Amino acid sequence: MYQEIILDHYKHPRGAGVLDRPLGEAHHVNPTCGDEVTVQIGLDPSGGLLIGYLGQGCSISQASASVMAEALTGRTPADAWPIREAFLELMHGRGTVEPDEEILGDGVAFAGVAKYPARVKCALLAWMALQDAAIKAGLAGAGPEDTISEDAQADGGDEEGRAAP
Amino acid sequence: MLDVARIRKDFPVLERTVRGGQPLVYLDSGATSQKPTSVLDAERHFYENANAGVHRGAHALAEEATDAYESARSRIAGFVGARSEDIVFTKNATEALNLAAYAFSNATALAQHEAAGIDPRFVLRPGDSVVVTEMEHHANLVPWQEACRKTGATLRWLPLTDDGRLDLRAVDDVIDRTTKVVSVVHQSNILGTINPVRLIMDRARQVGAIGVVDACQSIPHMPVSVGELGADLVAWSGHKMLGPTGIGMLWGSAEILDAMPPFLTGGSMIEMVRMEGSTFAAPPQKFEAGTPMVAQAVGLAAAVDYLEAVGMEEIREHEHGLTAYALHALSQVPGVRVIGPQDAVDRGSAISFVVAGLHPHDVGQVLDSRGVAVRVGHHCAWPTCRRFDVPATTRISPYLYNDESDIDAAVDGIRAAQAFFGTGAQHAAPGLS
Repeated sequence: MYQEIILDHYKHPRGAGVLDRPLGEAHHVNPTCGDEVTVQIGLDPSGGLLIGYLGQGCSISQASASVMAEALTGRTPADAWPIREAFLELMHGRGTVEPDEEILGDGVAFAGVAKYPARVKCALLAWMALQDAAIKAGLAGAGPEDTISEDAQADGGDEEGRAAP
Repeated sequence: MLDVARIRKDFPVLERTVRGGQPLVYLDSGATSQKPTSVLDAERHFYENANAGVHRGAHALAEEATDAYESARSRIAGFVGARSEDIVFTKNATEALNLAAYAFSNATALAQHEAAGIDPRFVLRPGDSVVVTEMEHHANLVPWQEACRKTGATLRWLPLTDDGRLDLRAVDDVIDRTTKVVSVVHQSNILGTINPVRLIMDRARQVGAIGVVDACQSIPHMPVSVGELGADLVAWSGHKMLGPTGIGMLWGSAEILDAMPPFLTGGSMIEMVRMEGSTFAAPPQKFEAGTPMVAQAVGLAAAVDYLEAVGMEEIREHEHGLTAYALHALSQVPGVRVIGPQDAVDRGSAISFVVAGLHPHDVGQVLDSRGVAVRVGHHCAWPTCRRFDVPATTRISPYLYNDESDIDAAVDGIRAAQAFFGTGAQHAAPGLS
């Protein structure tokens, strides 16, 4: 489960930090372990995504935030959301989904995590916060938004970090 | 000395292997204990021979089921030195503590409309205080927060010292004439601390407050006579003491149980029902609305028999030895910091720790990959984690079926996690990929 890629992102997080002018921000907490992450979203002048994040937690949750930032930064929202969808599908697949490296990049390293239900939440923490941040920024896009926000609720947490005890 | 090898034979689940054929090392009894065959047999025997509704029905099975249920209550009461009629069955300890907290918010609500028959000891008003400690499980914190929110009373708490004990210098200041209820954990589920509850309950009595003790982590691990705690109410659960899930207990002195308004209402708890209103049965039935957990009570009584046969004093001694052994072993691992008392004095066997540079989730995962089951997270004691400035901890919590080899397995696993995350990052360790 602890792939080298995950450990590398954990020890050397890519793009961590806050944005100068975020368009949206969300703070999510994993109420079972107290891991937390704040994700910010913005746009660069050419319409590419800017992602900022700060968090504390286990290697899986922190590496996942780094992988997410690396995979999505600079992409247009239309290009970025299918990647998020693919990551969610992988993590909800209980180890049965074959990951596509073309789409997911370093995200494929989390395929093993999907076999551990207790850790799936860790891997999804930043991605769920990103979705909330995107909705607030008006960048969530059309189409799968409804299903995505349902996921976000199912995984707990809201902007104040209040979630089921 | 406990014969751990013989005891282990009574627990079928301890025979199994996990994560690729490794023996299970179960060090998570603070979350829930494993069950001996005799408990499982008792439940099965009840369902196969005497299953029926209790306290009603004019047939042989109903009579036998009622006998089984009430005889279980009497054996469980005897285990904690109580009278049978002073034991209320609930679904778990959380419900038992809510029952206590709701006695206050319900009495307060009732007092708005009907003065007669409402015991003023349970009425909370702005200016009144409710006292807990900074080491409570959420189950003994959130219900009191809510009771305060509904009534305008103020929640106060006894602070902790840096070594994870109650700061007793604060007792006389925090518990004062405004205090209506003091609810305190006997043995902390996260720190392992055994609190001097008698001293705190005596102070509660002195100021006229109701005293409540959360005994979830003490009654399974040491001899406890509820009357000697000095409390009015004592809550604990069955599943942490070898019994089934789905059953908890609230002990109360007869006088207090009588004075408390009911919590859940409906069938089985009434004396007389008319469309205009109802009167309630005497305790404990007053607090047992609906079909009760009969099979669970029968199973828990078998657990009590098992514990008594082994001997609670022997179990305490065994765990005390394991605690001292584990504290010493952990102190030998550089980077490990125990959160809670550093010695085995007035301390139970639940031991929380953090490992420098490693998140508890990752420690737990490496231990799990080696077959060692521990709990990670905030242990439903989030404010306690904040007090010690840690986001979470890893916790080992042994019981009568663990021995020193289990502690060794955990300590070896911690060292393996350190090696893996510290120096072994370029290669996935065997069994971890």
